[in-house]
Amino acid sequence: MIGDMVQAYLALSGILFVIGAAGLMLRRSPLVMLMCVEIMLNAANLAFVAFARHLGNMEGHIFTFLVITVAAAEVAIGLAIIVLLFRERDAADVDDVNTLRG
Amino acid sequence: MTAVFWIAGILAVAGALGVIVAKTPVHSVISLVVNILALAALYLALHAEFLALIQVIVYAGAIMILFLFVIALLTARKDPIERTEGKLEGQRELGLVTAVGGAVLMIAVAASAGLGRMPANEALPSGFGSAAAFGRELLTTHIFSFELTAFVLLAAVIGVVVLVGRRQL
Repeated sequence: MIGDMVQAYLALSGILFVIGAAGLMLRRSPLVMLMCVEIMLNAANLAFVAFARHLGNMEGHIFTFLVITVAAAEVAIGLAIIVLLFRERDAADVDDVNTLRG
Repeated sequence: MTAVFWIAGILAVAGALGVIVAKTPVHSVISLVVNILALAALYLALHAEFLALIQVIVYAGAIMILFLFVIALLTARKDPIERTEGKLEGQRELGLVTAVGGAVLMIAVAASAGLGRMPANEALPSGFGSAAAFGRELLTTHIFSFELTAFVLLAAVIGVVVLVGRRQL
């Protein structure tokens, strides 16, 4: 009964986190990189929820809720910056963005 | 619970992999929706009903629609990037090595954690994961964090308006 073990959820959370981190390192499209950040946040959320279930304590749920809120704010700001990038120089590759003021 | 864990877990991993291998951003968004819905199913299996709902509504609903809008706005009828080599040398190789090493490390740490079996459902406090219990916890013990998230969202709104709003002052 591996589905009853906290370790199984932690391992799944770790795998998802690493996939997100790998995407962040391998991809060069800012849109996909932002999505990879979302995967990593979701992986952390899964660990929070698994521990909340394990300890019978709902504080992990509160943390997950806060993370979701911050992720929404972060996506709004991140997409605004991406829109600016495209508007400014039509750059779809983060390697081309190497000046702070342009 | 085990069946849910395996099916939803495999779907979540497949969705996450789909995000990073997809050629076009729209396919990445669709894979991410699969990943998010699978995670919502896992939350249900972990007795977090209210969070599963929030996950579907906020993530799969609001955030993904925002992504789709921006993708439709920016990359329609444009060549997909990343056909050319990147400027960083050995980015692919080093990234893959780091990712595989990180995955091995994560699984080893998770497997070596001596946490054992989760308590049975009967051992949970009554109403665990329900909207009522969640609201009580959020609006009493964690009221300050709740107020702070309001400021975070306000900052995001103002930031977006400042960044991409029309400048005709």
